[in-house]
Amino acid sequence: MSRVGWIRIAVIAIAIGLLEFCCRIGLIDHRVVIPPSEMADALVRLLISGQANEQIVRTFGIVIVAALISVVAGFALGVVIHALPRVRQALDPFFATYYAVPIFIFYPVMIVIFGLSVMPIVLMGVATAIVAMIIATLNGLDRVPRVLTKVARVHRMGTVATALLLKLPAAAPHLFTGVKLAVSYAFIGVIASEFILAPAGLGRVISDAYSDFNNRQMYALMLLLIIVATVVNLVLHVFDQRWAERRGIGKP
Amino acid sequence: MSATKRAADTLIIVVVALLAWQALHQVVGATALPGPVPTLAYLAKFVPTERFAENAWATLVCFFYALVLSYGIGLAIGVWMGIHRLSGAVGEPILISLYTLPKVTLYPVVLLIFGLSLSGRVTFGAMHGVLPVALLSMNAIRNIPPVYLKSARTLRLSRWQTILTVFFPATLPEVVAGLRIGFTLTLLGVLLAEMFAAKHGLGFLIINAMQMLQGEEMITVAVVLFVFAALANALLLWIEHRLHRGV
Repeated sequence: MSRVGWIRIAVIAIAIGLLEFCCRIGLIDHRVVIPPSEMADALVRLLISGQANEQIVRTFGIVIVAALISVVAGFALGVVIHALPRVRQALDPFFATYYAVPIFIFYPVMIVIFGLSVMPIVLMGVATAIVAMIIATLNGLDRVPRVLTKVARVHRMGTVATALLLKLPAAAPHLFTGVKLAVSYAFIGVIASEFILAPAGLGRVISDAYSDFNNRQMYALMLLLIIVATVVNLVLHVFDQRWAERRGIGKP
Repeated sequence: MSATKRAADTLIIVVVALLAWQALHQVVGATALPGPVPTLAYLAKFVPTERFAENAWATLVCFFYALVLSYGIGLAIGVWMGIHRLSGAVGEPILISLYTLPKVTLYPVVLLIFGLSLSGRVTFGAMHGVLPVALLSMNAIRNIPPVYLKSARTLRLSRWQTILTVFFPATLPEVVAGLRIGFTLTLLGVLLAEMFAAKHGLGFLIINAMQMLQGEEMITVAVVLFVFAALANALLLWIEHRLHRGV
C-alpha cells in the first residue's frame, strides 16, 4: 500500500482509539456514546443471536428492490427522454431542481396515500435514486462520439445493433456512475424513511432502541449500517474509477 | 435557449405536475390527498397565520445557524486540504465515504449528545452541508492551472495579491457550486431533524398534520418548502452560471 494509504489508516485508527480512550476514562458519558469495542462486541453478539436478522433482511431487501427499480426504470426513461429532444428541453429545469428539494417532505404524503407499509418506503427509495440514473443515462448517451454513429451507418447496422454494439458500450462508464449513485441514494432514501416512520426495519429498530435508552442495540445496528454502506459505496467507487480511467474520463 | 422559452418550459412542468396531482387525487380520494384547488385555497389562508409564521421562523433560524456552520467549517477544511496536498490525499476518500453515508443513522447520537434542542438540529443540518462544501472547494483549489501561479510569481505578486487576484477568482465558480449543494443538503438535514424529533418547525408541522390527518396542511407546508428550495437553487445556479461565464 502507498504511504498515503498507511497514513489514512493511521488517522482512522487514532480517531477510533481516541474515542475508545475518552469513553473508557469517562470523559464521554456511557449513556451518550459507548466505546467502539463495545459497539463491535454488541454487533457480533446480535448477529450470532440472529434476533435482528428479520429486520436486516427486510431493510437491505427494500434497498436492493428500490435500487433495481431505479436503475432499470431510470435507464429506460433516460433512453426515451434522450430520443425526444423537445421533452428533454422542457424537463431540464425539473432535473436541475430535483435534488435541491428535500423530497422527504413528501414521505408523509406517501404514507397517507399508501398506508404505513413497505410501499411508501420503496417509493421514497426510488424517488431519491431514479433521477440520478436518468441524468446519468442522458449524459452517457450525449457523450457517444459522433464517429461511432457514422461507423454504424457505414456498416449499415440496424437501430438495435447500433444501440447494443456501439452506444451501450460507449455510454457504459456514465451508466455505471448512475448505478453507483442510484444505489447510494436508494440506501439513504430507505433508511431515512424508516427513521421518520415505519412499521419495521433497521431504521425503526434503531430509533426504538434510542427511545428505550438501549444503547448497545442502537450502536450495534448503527455500526452495521455504517459498515455496510461504506463497503458497498467503496466497492462501487473503485469500480467506477477504474472504468472511467479505462475510458479516459477519470482522474489520471 | 431564450429566457421566455425557458419560462414556458417551467410553466409546462408546473401545469403537468398540477394535472398529475389532480389525477392522483381523483384516484386515491380527498382524505388521502386533497386536490390542488382546495390545497392552494388553504395555502392562501394558512400562510399568513401566526402558527405558520412561528414554525417557519423556527426552521429559518435553525437553518441559518446550520448554514453558517456548514459554510465556515466546510470552507476551512476545503481550503486546508486543497493547499496541503498530503492532507488532501489522505482525507479525500474519508470525506467521500462520509458524504455517501446515510447520515440519518447518526441522528440518535446527536440527540443523545445535545438532547431535543436547537443545537442538536443545527448540528445535524451542518453535518449534511459540511462535506459537499469541503469537497468542492478542495477540488477548486487543486484544479487551479499551475500556469496561473507561475505567472503570479513572474509578476512578483505578494502573497495577498496572489490570493486576491489569482486564487479567489479562479476558485470562485466551483466554490459557489459547493455552497449551492451545501445549501440544499443543510436544508434537508434540518428538515429531517425536525421530522424525526422536534416540537417546532415546518418539518414538525408536516408530521403533525399527517398524524392529525390534515392533508391540506401537510401538503401546504410541503409546497411552501418545495417553492423555497427551488427558488433558492435557481438563484444560486444563476450566480454560478454568471461566474462561469466570467472566467
